[in-house]
Amino acid sequence: MPVVDRQEWDVVVVGAGGAGLRAAIEARERGARTAVICKSLFGKAHTVMAEGGIAAAMANANEHDTWQTHFRDTLRGGKFLNQWRMAELHAQEAPQRVWELETWGALFDRTKDGRISQRNFGGHEYPRLAHVGDRTGLELIRTLQQRIVALQQEDHARTGDHECELKIFQECTVTRVLKDGSRVSGVFAYDRETGRFFVLRAPAVVLATGGIGKSFKVTSNSWEYTGDGHALALLAGAPLLNMEFVQFHPTGMVWPPSVKGILVTESVRGDGGVLRNSEGRRFMFDYVPDVFKEKYAESEQEADGWYDDPEHHRRPPELLPRDEVARAINAEVKAGRGSPHGGVFLDVSTRMPAEVIRRRLPSMYHQFKELADVDITAEPMEVGPTCHYVMGGIAVDSETAAARGVPGLYAAGEVAGGMHGSNRLGGNSLSDLLVFGRRAGWHAAEYARSLARERPRVDDEQIGAASAEALRPFALGAEGGVAGATGTAGAAEAAGAVEAAGGGAENPYTLHQELQQTMNDLVGIIRRAGEMEQALSRLAKLRERAGRVGVEGHRQFNPGWHLALDLRNMLLVSECVARAARERTESRGGHTREDFPAMEREWRNVNLLCALADPAVGRIRLTRETTPPIRPDLLDLFDKEELAKYLTDEELEGGLSR
Amino acid sequence: MSGYEARFRVWRGDEQGGGLRDFTVEVNEGEVVLDIVHRLQATQAPDLAVRWNCKAGKCGSCSAEINGRPRLMCMTRMSVFDRAETVTITPLRAFPVIRDLVTDVSFNYEKARGIPAFVPPAELAPGEYRMFQEDVDRSQEFRKCIECFLCQDTCHVVRDHEENKRAFAGPRFLMRVAELDMHPLDAAERSGLDRKRTAQEEHGLGYCNITKCCTEVCPEGIRITDNALIPLKERAVDRKYDPLVWLGSKIRRRPS
Ligand SMILES: Cc1cc2nc3c(=O)[nH]c(=O)nc-3n(C[C@H](O)[C@H](O)[C@H](O)COP(=O)(O)OP(=O)(O)OC[C@H]3O[C@@H](n4cnc5c(N)ncnc54)[C@H](O)[C@@H]3O)c2cc1C
Ligand code: SF4
Ligand code: SF4
Ligand code: FES
Repeated sequence: MPVVDRQEWDVVVVGAGGAGLRAAIEARERGARTAVICKSLFGKAHTVMAEGGIAAAMANANEHDTWQTHFRDTLRGGKFLNQWRMAELHAQEAPQRVWELETWGALFDRTKDGRISQRNFGGHEYPRLAHVGDRTGLELIRTLQQRIVALQQEDHARTGDHECELKIFQECTVTRVLKDGSRVSGVFAYDRETGRFFVLRAPAVVLATGGIGKSFKVTSNSWEYTGDGHALALLAGAPLLNMEFVQFHPTGMVWPPSVKGILVTESVRGDGGVLRNSEGRRFMFDYVPDVFKEKYAESEQEADGWYDDPEHHRRPPELLPRDEVARAINAEVKAGRGSPHGGVFLDVSTRMPAEVIRRRLPSMYHQFKELADVDITAEPMEVGPTCHYVMGGIAVDSETAAARGVPGLYAAGEVAGGMHGSNRLGGNSLSDLLVFGRRAGWHAAEYARSLARERPRVDDEQIGAASAEALRPFALGAEGGVAGATGTAGAAEAAGAVEAAGGGAENPYTLHQELQQTMNDLVGIIRRAGEMEQALSRLAKLRERAGRVGVEGHRQFNPGWHLALDLRNMLLVSECVARAARERTESRGGHTREDFPAMEREWRNVNLLCALADPAVGRIRLTRETTPPIRPDLLDLFDKEELAKYLTDEELEGGLSR
Repeated sequence: MSGYEARFRVWRGDEQGGGLRDFTVEVNEGEVVLDIVHRLQATQAPDLAVRWNCKAGKCGSCSAEINGRPRLMCMTRMSVFDRAETVTITPLRAFPVIRDLVTDVSFNYEKARGIPAFVPPAELAPGEYRMFQEDVDRSQEFRKCIECFLCQDTCHVVRDHEENKRAFAGPRFLMRVAELDMHPLDAAERSGLDRKRTAQEEHGLGYCNITKCCTEVCPEGIRITDNALIPLKERAVDRKYDPLVWLGSKIRRRPS
């Protein structure tokens, strides 16, 4: 039995992005001793990359905006598959969550009358995104980080210790959620710096680990996005919801190759940028789908009038929801009307004066100048779709963010499913992080308090198994095995496995590249049954090879080892995506089937759940579930004709209150 | 431009010591130094330790010294070097090495804790804050900081003077004081906290002799010295030596 350091906490939050930090603040403010664990340094989580803004119906820029319109836009964007109660809570609570940030020191861009400025974004009827230039995520994370520091300062003033009530374990990775029977009892983690293992014992664990983009080759996501939280939940017995819905952002950089996938913010279009093909045509006019026909302009003139006079013009089709724009770009490139490096053109240079561009889009200006030698004030950018966000995630209760079936487990942020339905609107993630991060922290703290007298126990056997699992790759590595893992059961077992397989440890980097290529080519933006079959059989082979992955060196800050451990998560999650995508025989939002191109009303209320079939085998079981009907007063927010496009006749009859 | 083989020297080792290791590695068009480090990991040195996250110049994780100059590896394009040149990558010098290119930057997190947080004005409820763009511009410039700590690494006050670290918060955190001091609604003063004075007396503003080295390395182009440190100095000095100015500033400040 390895000696593993153990600590007691009330709530453990896994992840220090917007959702995790907001959860931690809430839990601590409600009296729970709270630990936060994150893979990177404090303040560097993926949220830092968010650019465009936070959606909240504060009605600062347009007085007509209300939570109801925000709710409506969110459902339209998600093609009515959203967990509607989440979308409702989100729209109602987002303004308070943004205003609260100001009381913690956030400085958003201002309107002329001194309120928080709001900008236009795809799918939002009114200018709704609170922003700071194009670095809104940085402002969000810094504000939450500084709020945490403020709470720590209070604790220090009281007790002389900054970390007694709220502590950040930075550069640490959780590899297992521990359980006592059906209930959560803590987490098992390793410290990246030293490679040492430790256990945080706690009755409540909030997963806020973000997304899965690193399983795809072209992505806007950082290395952190290996689907850890999704996998941790699966392994702990909680199901994942609607994993087929993966958002491909329409505008990623396409050139040079080393930056392929890096995001070009949607604000470029929100502020007036237009998409053109190689013939110079604003092709988005050709791709307005029927369900959106009434809302979008038909001519360039009408579209251009909208920026200044939105009351009397319809919106430019460049601002359609992301799934529509991404598919359109894909189609243009396929039809041979792409740009030289396989994208299309996104142009602001002919639309705004250079100094306006530099002021409104400073990081985009910087990014293209530095990374691609392109001056966006003088020439168009080349852009194409990039894997950006996963709508699918841990199935949670709308009010409490509790994961299903595992008492004590909570999830918030990108790792949670349901809120965005089949497609997320821009800006709705940052607000989601705050609204549901807070709710997760709140309910986790309450749950922990209710267990104060009978805290779940951590089980030594689980700790032993988790250590062995984490050490396996060393046993298989060329030389490092001895240094890393002498004497553990896992090492001996793993060495045996290699011998049985005829030797030859696998390189984690190679496996990762093959996985990314597989997902990109076979379960990407346009999907076909045959290709997904192929993907599943490749994934099965990769999983087998991943069992033989070996690393060199020792446990101290060893990126090869870290990647080897992340592979388990990426493979599990990729399998869920592929299985769910094969199952859903329609096209909706972030799931497009070439063989089933239509959106089917019969599928609207069907959720696909992935769960571990047998923990020992690690195979996924997929089930269908019918969602509860949308509350009538919420349905009343829409026209009947619009609803008829999404809901079946029976649903319509049963649902409307008028 | 086609690919070529470049020569790299990368510092490898840990707190016990280490040295520069030579590598020859492929470089392709448009690549940045971080791409090359990743290629080294994938092909020649799988356990080469490096910190990074966004690969887009937004998170401030990938700080290192490239040919002796503090820079972000993900924003340093290979095209700025001559093909024949050997590119040397070393860890940040001002902080203790953990392993290879990764250093212990906890100094910065400790300094961050030493600076009292924003004090919200008691009379304003959430949603009631009104501030004008021109009044938040200054503090917003400082909030562009991605906490790469390159300025902290380069500032000569601590770069080779471990002994100054206790008394000196460094440019990033003096700038944080300035940011809060210039925040139009910060109520610190009313709560009895004089930020300017603490900058001088607790965070070592006096050590800074405005060499501007910090400004030069800042990847966000923040004018740390001119816009944060010098104004803070001027005001701190005013307060310390000139009771009239000190009094005047108290009266001038509106209680809103
Ligand atoms: C380039 C870009 C731009 C975007 N712009 C916008 C925008 O303008 N508006 C908007 O609303 N959304 C935007 N998004 C989406 C949004 O930024 C993300 O969905 C959101 O930030 C996710 O936040 P999170 O709190 O869920 O997770 P993250 O911020 O990703 O944080 C995840 C945390 O979990 C930790 N973690 C992960 N696994 C483990 C583990 N095993 N052990 C310990 N810790 C772990 C990580 O270290 C990290 O701290 C953008 C996304 C990208 C990529
Ligand atoms: S200007 Fe001041 S803070 Fe900046 S590097 Fe020089 S001495 Fe250091
Ligand atoms: S001020 Fe500039 S150099 Fe210093 S930490 Fe911030 S971004 Fe980096
Ligand atoms: S990796 Fe984020 S700044 Fe370089």
